[in-house]
Amino acid sequence: MDKDNGFVRFRGTARYIASGPLVDSVNCALALERPLLLRGEPGTGKTVLAGHVAEALGMPLVTWHIKSTTKAAEGLYVYDTVQRLNDSRFGTGDVSDIGRYIKLGPLGRTFAAAERQVLLIDEIDKADLEFPNDLLRELDEMRFSIPETNEEIVARQRPVVLVTSNNEKELPDAFLRRCIFHYIEFPDVAQMRRIVAVHHPHLDAKLLDQVLIKFYWLREQGELRKKPSTSELVDWISALLRAGVGADKIETHIPFLGSLLKKEQDVDALGQYDTRSGRYPKSWADLGPRYQQ
Amino acid sequence: MFLDLFYGLREAGVPVSIHEWGTFLRALEEGLHGSNLLRFYHLGRACLVKSETYFDAYDRVFARVFRGVEGALGDAITEELLEWLRDPKNFQALTPEQLAMLERLSTDELMRRFIETLGEQTERHDGGDRWVGTGGRSPFGHGGQHPTGIRVGGPGRNRSAMKVAEERRFDAYRTDVRLDARNLRLALRRMRQLTRSGPSTELDVDGTIDATCRNGGEIELLFRPPRRNDVRVLLLMDVGGTMAPFHRPVSELLTALHEERSLRDLTAYYFHNCVYDAVYSSVRMQRGDAVPTADLLRRFDGRWKVMLVGDAAMHPAELLEPYGGIDPRATSPTPGIVWLHRIAGHFERAVWINPEDADDWDSYHTSRVIRRLFPMYHLSVDGLAEAVTALVGGRRPGHAVEPHS
Repeated sequence: MDKDNGFVRFRGTARYIASGPLVDSVNCALALERPLLLRGEPGTGKTVLAGHVAEALGMPLVTWHIKSTTKAAEGLYVYDTVQRLNDSRFGTGDVSDIGRYIKLGPLGRTFAAAERQVLLIDEIDKADLEFPNDLLRELDEMRFSIPETNEEIVARQRPVVLVTSNNEKELPDAFLRRCIFHYIEFPDVAQMRRIVAVHHPHLDAKLLDQVLIKFYWLREQGELRKKPSTSELVDWISALLRAGVGADKIETHIPFLGSLLKKEQDVDALGQYDTRSGRYPKSWADLGPRYQQ
Repeated sequence: MFLDLFYGLREAGVPVSIHEWGTFLRALEEGLHGSNLLRFYHLGRACLVKSETYFDAYDRVFARVFRGVEGALGDAITEELLEWLRDPKNFQALTPEQLAMLERLSTDELMRRFIETLGEQTERHDGGDRWVGTGGRSPFGHGGQHPTGIRVGGPGRNRSAMKVAEERRFDAYRTDVRLDARNLRLALRRMRQLTRSGPSTELDVDGTIDATCRNGGEIELLFRPPRRNDVRVLLLMDVGGTMAPFHRPVSELLTALHEERSLRDLTAYYFHNCVYDAVYSSVRMQRGDAVPTADLLRRFDGRWKVMLVGDAAMHPAELLEPYGGIDPRATSPTPGIVWLHRIAGHFERAVWINPEDADDWDSYHTSRVIRRLFPMYHLSVDGLAEAVTALVGGRRPGHAVEPHS
C-alpha cells in the first residue's frame, strides 16, 4: 500500500495502464471519501479498474452487479422470510432467532467488515431510476439499521466505492452531486501500445503496427453500429497469434473479423467495402493527419 | 477570479451546485491538484462536471477564465521552484497564538494570491510569510503551517492545461446541439408514471406472507396487478414544407419514440403548418386519412400527453384567420388558433417541440403567439428532457391556459 501524506494513494498496477487524470480522479475520491463514478465506452476497463484499485491498495474487493431487478435494500441486507416460514412449517431450524435469516448484501458486508474494502457497484444504470437515490443516506452516513433485529450496522472504515455506468439511464442529480466523476476516454495509439504490451509482451513490432492501423481504421468507419473496443482488440491479437497469422497477411486482409465486429450489419458493411475493392490502409499515413507520428 | 469558474460554468448551463463546489475546495485544500494547472483542470472537471456532455462547456469556460493565468501557473512553476520545495527546511514550530493570528483566507483570495505570488517570485525563499517557499507561514508552499494553505509540489507537468482545454475534444458529446435516436431515447426514458392496473397476475410476496401469518401458517396466496407505465403520448406533427430541412432530427425523434417500449400507448397524427378541423393519420395526408380534430378531443381523454412537433412558423393569417390554411384539402372555417386553444385546454399536459434554433423563435409572430399557449422546447436531447419533465414531472406554476371562446 502506498502512503503519501497520510493518504492512501493509487498509482495503477503493472497490468492496468491508467492515464494520469484517471489516477488523479481515483486519488481524489480516496482522499475525499466520495464514490467515484466511472463512465466511458464499453471495453475501456471501467469494471476491471476496481480490481486493480483493490490490488494496489491491498484491500479486498466486493462486487455488486446491478441488474434491472436489483433493489437498493438488497445491497444492505435481505430478510429471508420464505426460509423462515418454511422452517417454521417443517420444524427444521431455530425460527425464534431472526438473525439467522438476515443476510447482509454487498454494501452491508463492506460496512460490517473489520478492514477497509473496495466496493464496486457495477452498471448502476441497469437498475430502476430511483435506485441511486435509495442509497444516498447509506453512502453519506455509512450506516443503516436492521429493524427486524434492532441492530445498527455502522461502517468501521468507509469503503472505497467505485460506481460504473454505461449511460443507459440518466442518474439522479442528488446522487451525481456526491460523486467524483471520471470519463474514461478511448485510449490513443501510444496508450494502446502500452495496453497491448501488457497482454502480449513479445509482439512483433510490425505486426502490432498493422493490427493497430486496421483497428483504428475500423473505429473511424462511421457506418459501423458498434465500434470494436480495447478488449476486442486484445482478443483479436490472441486469435491472430494462435493461428500464426503474419504482418504481411494483415496488411491486405482483416482475418477473424468476428472477434472485432459483433453485429451482422457491420460485417455486411465491411464485406461490401471488400467487394467494392476498397483498399485497407497499410500505414499510419493512410489513416490521415490525426495519426501522423 | 476563481469564482468566475463557478459562475461561468453555471452560465454555460453546467449544473454545478454549492455542494460540488465545496467538494472542489476541499480537494484543493488537500492539495490534490499538485502544483500544476493541468491536474487542476482535471481535478476541477472530476469534482464539478458529472457528465461528459458538459466537458465541452467546461473546456470553453476553463479556457476563458484561466487564459491570463497560464503563464503564472503553467510555466512559472519551473523545475527550480519545485526543487526548492522538495527540500523542506525544518520549519520553526508556531505557537497556537501565531497560528490563530495568521489570517484565515477565503479560498478564492488564497487562489488569487497564489497566482500573484508565483508571478512575483524570482529567487529562492525560506522562512518568510509572503512568498512561496519552505518552512514559512505563507499559505503557499511545502511544510508550512497556514490553516487553509495550498500545497505546492508533486510530479512535473506534461501538457499545458490550456492546450487541453482549447483542443475541445468533447465537442461531439454535447447534447444541446447534437442528437441521435439513442440519446433521445435516454431523454424519453423519464417519461413514465408507474401505476397498478389491469388483471391481478403478480404474486404479492409481502401480502402473501402477511396473510399466511394471519392464517396461522396455512399458506394463502395473494395476487395483484403488475406495475406498469401509464404514460400515453399523442403526437401531432407538422409535415409542412418549412419542416423539410428538419427531416432528419424529426425522424430521429420518431424512431426514439417508437423504440421507447415502456410507453403505454403512442399515437401520431399529422397536420400542415397548423391544426385545423381535421388531422391526418398518415403522412400522405389524403382525404381518406382525415380525422376530425373534434373527434380527437373526444377520443383521447385529458390524461394523454400531447407533443406537438413543428416550427410554429407560418403566415399570421394561417394561424389567426378563418379559412386560413394554405392546404386546399384542409379548408376550415375555424381558425387554427382556436383549435390550438382547445387542445391546450383539453389536455392536462401539452408541449410544443420546435426543431428551429431557440434564438429564432421570436422572429416569427406565429411562434410568439403559440408560445403563449404551449411551453416550447427545442428539438435536442436537452430540450426533449425538459419537455418530458413538463409532461410527467411535478406541475410547474405559471402556465395556465385561458379558455378561448
